[in-house]
Amino acid sequence: MARREAPEINAGSMADIAFLLLIFFLVTTTMDVDTGLTRKLPPPIEDLTEDPPEVKQRNVFQVLVNANDDLLVEGDVMKVSNLREEAKKFIIGDSKDESMPEFKVTEVPIFGKIPVSKQIVSLQNDRGTSYEMYIKVQNELVAAYNEVRDEYAQEKFGFTMAELEKKAELSKKAEQQIKAVKKVYPQRISEAEPKDKGGN
Amino acid sequence: MSKFKKKKGGGQPAISTASLPDIVFMLLFFFMVTTVMREVTLKVEVKTPQATEVNKLERKSLVSYIYIGKPIKTLQDQLGTADRIQLNDAFASDKEIIAFVEAEREQTNPAEVPLMTFSIKADKEAEMGIVTDVKQELRKANALKLNYSTGKTDKIVD
Repeated sequence: MARREAPEINAGSMADIAFLLLIFFLVTTTMDVDTGLTRKLPPPIEDLTEDPPEVKQRNVFQVLVNANDDLLVEGDVMKVSNLREEAKKFIIGDSKDESMPEFKVTEVPIFGKIPVSKQIVSLQNDRGTSYEMYIKVQNELVAAYNEVRDEYAQEKFGFTMAELEKKAELSKKAEQQIKAVKKVYPQRISEAEPKDKGGN
Repeated sequence: MSKFKKKKGGGQPAISTASLPDIVFMLLFFFMVTTVMREVTLKVEVKTPQATEVNKLERKSLVSYIYIGKPIKTLQDQLGTADRIQLNDAFASDKEIIAFVEAEREQTNPAEVPLMTFSIKADKEAEMGIVTDVKQELRKANALKLNYSTGKTDKIVD
């Protein structure tokens, strides 16, 4: 018996089916990339009896936010938009100024022994502070550190930190340079336990 | 003259649509691959604040979310408008966070546990009190890599 040719399947509707699926995935797709401020929490305190190390007043950049979202920086009321500049001034410091943080000679890769500021940024908020305000303040403080580091890296190596990080994937030298910059301007943002919810 | 007439008489040939399914399939695969299905149904309203110094969250499988905000409109009658924490699909109290962290760790490859990040997706209007409680619980659970979920903007306004 002669084999009959199998009839060809009509593929005309394939496009319709594909369209249907396509539209389903188009609708369910969410293209948002998750972004955020990455921070590191301090490890839990095990020994409460130990006194915290003393820190001199001049080494601390005090930032307070109250329940009304008002900002108090080093005892002065300030707008969020001015915080970055002030924080940068503090982080860079001035060895001649008595009110600015002290310097301590520290071993840094590439540069060797150089004076490094003992700066600490202390942030305290109220339990009633809004999350938006908190993020703004956090953002400005992180931005201040990033800008200081960028300027320093630009001056010493001729690249911004982002450029160095891109290069660090290939070269050991860039990696060392990043380490050095981070050692000269370590990010020290200390968060105090928030105060109880207060009106003013 | 006759030359032109000839052309006109030919009529326009139909465009072949044989490759249409291929094109559509190509698009389909693109969307299938890029699609991320939403895993949780949000029971709290979350409008994240804006920031400039943001990092991208890499390795989504290693990120766990903690949502904080007011209950959504339909639930406000029963629950009021106080800020609440949502873990996975349900409301939770801050004391449940340690258990949540443990559960998330168990689902993760042990070698990758140190790389796990906890992302706080809190509403702009939320109060810091509840966020601080969450942070303290995360510290107790030794989950120290934290991310505040924010959108990206060019400039911070007062």
